[in-house]
Amino acid sequence: MIRRQADLPLEGDNANRFLPWLIAAMVYLAILALAAAMGLGTAVARWGAGLSGTLTVQLAPGPEIDLRIDQAVAALRATPGVAEIRVLSVEETRALLEPWLGPGNEGADLPLPRVLDVRVESGTVVDTESVAERLAAVAPGSIVDDHRKWLDDLIKLVRSVQWTAAAIVLLTAVCAVLTVVFATRTGLAVHHHVIELLHLIGARDRYVARQFQHHALRLGLRGGLIGTAAAGLTILLLLLILRSLDTPMLAGLVLTPAQWGVLAAPAVAAAVIAMSTARITVLRVLARMV
Amino acid sequence: MFTLLKRFSASVRMNDREPVVRFENVGMRYGQGPEILRDIRFDLEPGSFHFLTGLSGAGKSTLLKLIYLAHRPSRGLIRLFGRDVATMSKDELPNLRRRIGVVFQNFRLLDHLSAIDNVALPLRIAGTRKSKIREQVVELLHWVGLEHQLNARPPVLSGGEQQRVAVARAVINRPSLLIADEPTGSIDDRIAMRIMHLFEELNKVGTTVVIATHNEPLVERFGHPRLHLADGALEVISEVAQRRLA
Repeated sequence: MIRRQADLPLEGDNANRFLPWLIAAMVYLAILALAAAMGLGTAVARWGAGLSGTLTVQLAPGPEIDLRIDQAVAALRATPGVAEIRVLSVEETRALLEPWLGPGNEGADLPLPRVLDVRVESGTVVDTESVAERLAAVAPGSIVDDHRKWLDDLIKLVRSVQWTAAAIVLLTAVCAVLTVVFATRTGLAVHHHVIELLHLIGARDRYVARQFQHHALRLGLRGGLIGTAAAGLTILLLLLILRSLDTPMLAGLVLTPAQWGVLAAPAVAAAVIAMSTARITVLRVLARMV
Repeated sequence: MFTLLKRFSASVRMNDREPVVRFENVGMRYGQGPEILRDIRFDLEPGSFHFLTGLSGAGKSTLLKLIYLAHRPSRGLIRLFGRDVATMSKDELPNLRRRIGVVFQNFRLLDHLSAIDNVALPLRIAGTRKSKIREQVVELLHWVGLEHQLNARPPVLSGGEQQRVAVARAVINRPSLLIADEPTGSIDDRIAMRIMHLFEELNKVGTTVVIATHNEPLVERFGHPRLHLADGALEVISEVAQRRLA
């Protein structure tokens, strides 16, 4: 039986020995960058959804605090679009500080503002500035926060991280291309005599290129699988650590099933990049030969 | 034998009156070195059989390389199958090369492939169906006496066996032009005669044959016209003159 073998003995090339590992490293970095970008995106979306339609009013601690709370609640109730007002107890306010100060560090003697959690009717926009002016009249020193500024700053930060991640992905793709070009050119030099023989027997450049591209595809897939497996394990480990941290803000850092699917893309992309780069390199080099 | 030859006979696709190979004032030098071949002029008619002789270093291999398109001449005109090779595009060369079978002096077999895969190479390149490849290759390897070495790789084959694989590879694609550089150099007389008879039979069914050799008894025995190279110049010795010399 004829065992179909590649005419070019590319499998045994020393130059190609490390190619799957280099591709694996690049795929690993690309997946981590993608996961970070997507995880942060999801987290911001969750934080935004959690905060939209709410206002937080803080009343400075001091004399007649209960009276100021009643007046503030009355003023808020009179504001169109306000659906619900909940006055947080001192204990609840203290509990909010616990993640920042640590358990048991939020002393009873610490002067705490009183917090009013205001829910706005969905689809309604409340003018935060006019609410603040109205509250300032009945409860001086009050602060109205619609979380917009905090969220905007956070989004800016996340966008920067996402751009950096995109740059990392692009950089790994460029590195993959350069690595494959180098390996392919080395292969062409090493197997120059065999390629010349194939040409003399009547092989077209495409025939030779096909052998290199199939080999590069195999190496790319092998490297991609290794990189994906390693990155998947790393991400799972990081998610487990995040879950154990008991930090509510970080709980939003999760990946949806679709995003897990997207993480398979770098491996496929690496294989396709390796294959097409090898083909283009071979055709360009052979075009200069007789 | 008849079936085999019928199968491996050349399919002549050119005008019979046009020489298969025409050299006009061809010169060849490597780089800036001296001219190895000077003003070479000859025609190889379709179905002709020539020996190419000359001392070592006379330029026999270079002349053959020009014929099988491994090199381009430094000057002069080469026409193959009626086409000026200098004006042919790179895309046209493979089809022309597939009509030329070459037995290289050092065989140039691929060590990582079995004998059967080495012989199948021209058919694979030409895009022949797998089922047909096997049938043809096995039959030819049987005929050259290598039926017991089908899956052996060249490094484990003797010199003679490698040469037979090289011959089989050269003729598997039914070439119109067969070029052999010392094809009987490292095989015993019995196999050498068998190979020569294969070339003769292929020639009878239309294949143009050129064989470079040092083997004077072989040249005299078969009595075909001779292209003789000396000091870079070529002399064509006809069959009649060849017999007279013998």
